[in-house]
Amino acid sequence: MTVVTTVALGILAIAGGLCLVRLVRKGSVADRIVALDTLLVIVVSGIAVFSVRRGDGVYLDVLVVTALLGFVGTATVARFIDRRGA
Amino acid sequence: MTDFIAASLLLAGVALALVASIGLHRLPDLFSRMHAATKPATLGLVLTLTGVVIGLGDLSAGVKLGVVIIAQFITAPIGAHLIGRSAYAAGTELSPDTLVDKAVSDALGGTTAAPGSESGN
Repeated sequence: MTVVTTVALGILAIAGGLCLVRLVRKGSVADRIVALDTLLVIVVSGIAVFSVRRGDGVYLDVLVVTALLGFVGTATVARFIDRRGA
Repeated sequence: MTDFIAASLLLAGVALALVASIGLHRLPDLFSRMHAATKPATLGLVLTLTGVVIGLGDLSAGVKLGVVIIAQFITAPIGAHLIGRSAYAAGTELSPDTLVDKAVSDALGGTTAAPGSESGN
């Protein structure tokens, strides 16, 4: 099981890196918030994989909060784009 | 046996996250990229978190992760819709190979397509 979680965390690291590259590249605000949203999902998956590796569900409460905060962030930026333009 | 199921679910969810971040780079315009970005948020999380519950095997983790899955299923589409609507309203350019710009064609009675492309379906 540890091998699988290591491989999973490795894949997530690559996915996270790709999202960061997407953040840095030229793009509108909306592109960046989409990349950030994906990065957040990757962090949530990472915490989940990490808690399997630890063998107990201590950190799973973090997932609930992070998932909802991600949505609040996306909605706020959407309002921001409305007012300011892309 | 359960470890095998948990491992395969975990890897499937994680692979979906990787595919989505690759999609962020390769897809032409914002709206197709958003299409890729919401996949791991819903299905990827379902796979990963089910794998976690099976891997951990205790009920309290299942309840917590059920809340996360339901929350994501509700919020991910709404968030994507919000971003798409405001980005479209702010005038982000569509990729050149867009066949039909639904919003414009609906507004104009459904005949014209996106500029510079024949109206397909």
